[in-house]
Amino acid sequence: MAKIIVVTSGKGGVGKTTTSASFAVGLATRGYKTAVIDFDIGLRNLDLIMGCERRVVYDFVNVIRGEANLNQALIRDKHAKELFILPASQTRDKDALTLEGVGNVLDELSKTFDFIVCDSPAGIERGAQLAMYFADSAIVVTNPEVSSVRDSDRMLGLLSSKTKRAEEGKGQISEHLLLTRYCPKRVTKGEMLSLADINEILAIPLLGVIPESQAVLRASNAGVPVVIDSESDAGQAYADAVGRFLGEEVPFRFLQEKSHWIKRLFSFKEKEAV
Amino acid sequence: MSIKNVFGRISQHFRRQDETAKVAKERLQIIISHERVQRDQPDYLAAMQRDLLDVIARYVNINKDDVRVELERQEGCSVLELNVVLPQQ
Repeated sequence: MAKIIVVTSGKGGVGKTTTSASFAVGLATRGYKTAVIDFDIGLRNLDLIMGCERRVVYDFVNVIRGEANLNQALIRDKHAKELFILPASQTRDKDALTLEGVGNVLDELSKTFDFIVCDSPAGIERGAQLAMYFADSAIVVTNPEVSSVRDSDRMLGLLSSKTKRAEEGKGQISEHLLLTRYCPKRVTKGEMLSLADINEILAIPLLGVIPESQAVLRASNAGVPVVIDSESDAGQAYADAVGRFLGEEVPFRFLQEKSHWIKRLFSFKEKEAV
Repeated sequence: MSIKNVFGRISQHFRRQDETAKVAKERLQIIISHERVQRDQPDYLAAMQRDLLDVIARYVNINKDDVRVELERQEGCSVLELNVVLPQQ
């Protein structure tokens, strides 16, 4: 049985697709057979972030409607051997996804995969509801910004009531907070909500903090999930988060302002003096 | 006004403008706690509140703002609390 993970946020543009892509690659490179599904019907984008946009032949809706089988629609990722992508359809039909159809696809995938990552669309409409419905775990992606935090809290409410687990009384979905676009320098200045502030408000376990990083745009430009850029801060932070998700104890990084080289030089001198 | 005073005012001005994170946190705490209470309430509560008000208004002249309906969940049961401030005769 596969573990189904939904990556959700409510608000758009906070990093759901970036997170889904990096998380899926992270799990697959550790040897877990992983599928990542784009639930954003009509606005397919996971394919671009994963760099497989030109290899899309069939999509999620084709499979649901029986126009293609799963093996035809799944795209083998070029970065990680154990990773497959199921792209969203570009149809404008809002009712293309059905509860039964999504359930069948997930059941089928569950037979052979270890993890299924569901990349939720923004908002609380059908696509977002179906992305979370079958989930065992949820990664709530949040920016340190008021509207994002509020929307995340709203999603936590939905996760605790509008999912299969909740409806069948099979216990809570495990919820994880992933804070993205974090800027320690602005936190120090009092310009940005701190990790502690957001933890206090949302009160769910922290999975990771991804610093604001130029590597994220570079990665999406190239169609290479940022986790593969293991030199970058954001890539390393994603790899850490994957480790934590798998139960490893990984210390948090990138929570402090990068000190200026002059400051570093002085702190080195101070150490020498001691 | 001494130069020191002016300087202090300027720096205070900038600091207050910068420390908006505190304001953000306070605003979030208020709105989220409010929304959480509403989220946990059953859908019929608003309609029931309206009906209750109508009944009370038939007998006493009350101000709609002086009525508070709250549903509190406890282990095994829910407690409906109705607070009405009656006008002084």
